[in-house]
Amino acid sequence: MLSFILRRLLIIIPMALLVVTLTWGLIRIAPGNFYSSEKKLPPAIEENIRKKYGLDKPWYQQYGIMIFNVVKLDFGNSLKYQGQSVNEIIGRHLPYSATIGILAYLLALVVGLSAGIIAALKQNSIWDYGSMALAMLGLSVPNFVFGPILVLFFALGLYWFPPARWGGFGNVVLPVITLSAIYAAYIARLTRAGMLEVMRSDYIRTARAKGLDEKTVLIKHALRGGIIPVVSFTGPALAGLLAGTVVVERVFAIPGLGNIFIQSVLNRDEPLTLGIVAFLSILIMIFNLAVDISYGFLDPRIRYE
Amino acid sequence: MTEKNETILSVDGLKTYFMTEDGVVKAVDGISFELKKGETLGIVGESGSGKSVTNLSVMRLIPEPPGKIAGGTVVFDGINVLEMPIDEVRKIRGSRIAMIFQDPMTSLNPFLKISTQLTEVTRLHLGHTKEQAREHAIKMLKLVGISDAEQRIDGYPHEFSGGMRQRVMIAMALSCDPELLIADEPTTALDVTIQAQILELIKDLKDRMGTSVILITHDLGVVAGMTDKIIVMYAGKVFEQAPTRELFARPANPYTQGLLKSVPDPAHEQGKELYQIPGLPPDVAHLPPGCPFAERCDRAEDICRREFPPFVEINQDHHSLCHFAAEVYASSAPEDL
Repeated sequence: MLSFILRRLLIIIPMALLVVTLTWGLIRIAPGNFYSSEKKLPPAIEENIRKKYGLDKPWYQQYGIMIFNVVKLDFGNSLKYQGQSVNEIIGRHLPYSATIGILAYLLALVVGLSAGIIAALKQNSIWDYGSMALAMLGLSVPNFVFGPILVLFFALGLYWFPPARWGGFGNVVLPVITLSAIYAAYIARLTRAGMLEVMRSDYIRTARAKGLDEKTVLIKHALRGGIIPVVSFTGPALAGLLAGTVVVERVFAIPGLGNIFIQSVLNRDEPLTLGIVAFLSILIMIFNLAVDISYGFLDPRIRYE
Repeated sequence: MTEKNETILSVDGLKTYFMTEDGVVKAVDGISFELKKGETLGIVGESGSGKSVTNLSVMRLIPEPPGKIAGGTVVFDGINVLEMPIDEVRKIRGSRIAMIFQDPMTSLNPFLKISTQLTEVTRLHLGHTKEQAREHAIKMLKLVGISDAEQRIDGYPHEFSGGMRQRVMIAMALSCDPELLIADEPTTALDVTIQAQILELIKDLKDRMGTSVILITHDLGVVAGMTDKIIVMYAGKVFEQAPTRELFARPANPYTQGLLKSVPDPAHEQGKELYQIPGLPPDVAHLPPGCPFAERCDRAEDICRREFPPFVEINQDHHSLCHFAAEVYASSAPEDL
């Protein structure tokens, strides 16, 4: 088990470097520069800028320096936000995204699991069709539509919540609901499918033949096997949510990481883009590892070697 | 040992139907039988003949929908199980009627420890504390022949072999000392040497605990040595019902005759091709008006395809569903057993 975790942690290093390399390559291939603007700079000034940021060196040297910095986990300063280091910027904007992301996923878990379990237990009933129709709706309505609709009704119509910006608890409600909708829908469908499969299995019949009531059968015997698909989904989903979601942050004017990420790409702010990409990829790999470890607690048949 | 001659289970006219897109499947259509205390009943039939559904109906374990118990009574110890509220049925399940299933590989919950699965029955029905239940579970595991039960009880099902798992199932089924044990093809998924061990174990425990047993199987060899009487099922109906000895010696139904002929006999079969009943069991969703076996029967006549056969009483304990039951009975030469 320990060697399994260790190995998986070590693999993160080359994987992250690979991701960073690809990103760096893509940025370099794209035309334009962080200093390019509509007005062409005089050649002497451009020369100076290139020298200052090491752009006059051959590409392999630049790549080497970049990789060296990534290994040190120091991405240097942002090119756009003068005097601010990339790590500082990530540290400042992550809490917004993480708060909304975690709350949204918790909400999605509660809603999705309950809807999925009810749908599975009352298969082909009005409950089943109702919750699956809602789930289908949740999957198909994009959040840039859903968010503004919520704002229209609950912020601009009923004045229950503020329409945007960061502040107290009221500010969190609408973005969290918007963000969780698609995840709740997905979890509901996964749970339903998983539970249906488990409820048909022989060991559930055994549990019933023992005289256990339906609640015990469900919670003690069926749930563990039934939610394994949801657990697999949680790793990448949570990592993505933590790192911020561009659309929701835009709609609700939240200063989260997603927003900054998009801005950094548009600004050609290479260190910031690379920093966020590296951070994201490491996060995803760690969450996937956590999911793999948690399988072992759910299913005793799984062994780590 | 409980007193004999007292009826523990009496099934009368049981009908279990399944509503499918293909129409109503009459999986069990008017089954009747009686089981006395301490007695062992064998239910024999091909796949799809309704043997398992009969017994799942007794325990009210038929999934509804699509299943539906459409008629009949199942009287267990004087009470009609079919009319009981489901909470009352749950008190009987596992404590007074217990069940062993066909495939021990899938019948135990792979996610839970053996100890959890064993102790939850006695904690539920006998009101055991955690410690009592564990002690009892270890005792049961030893009873079914699992060595170092104290350690193995904390294992998971995947750490046990097939035969061992079936032993665990038996320990679980018998841990509340049930009056009736239903064993649904308990040996089908096991290899031959283990089969004999498991059957021997069931027989031994049945004798020691005085449990009545219903043994479901498609293997006539299995029931021969273990049962007091046998029901032969075909297409949801009882085709023949007789004490075990009599059924083997003098079958009164062509289907039973066919089954008996298809049992490989090492003494006689040198070079001779093994008999098999031609054709396949009928689709129970679309049964013909006459005898459901007529198409495969070598002595079928016009009346068999036209009219449903009567349930003929050969003698007090021996019944056969056939237009020619008396003739078949007369013709089946008494063999030495």
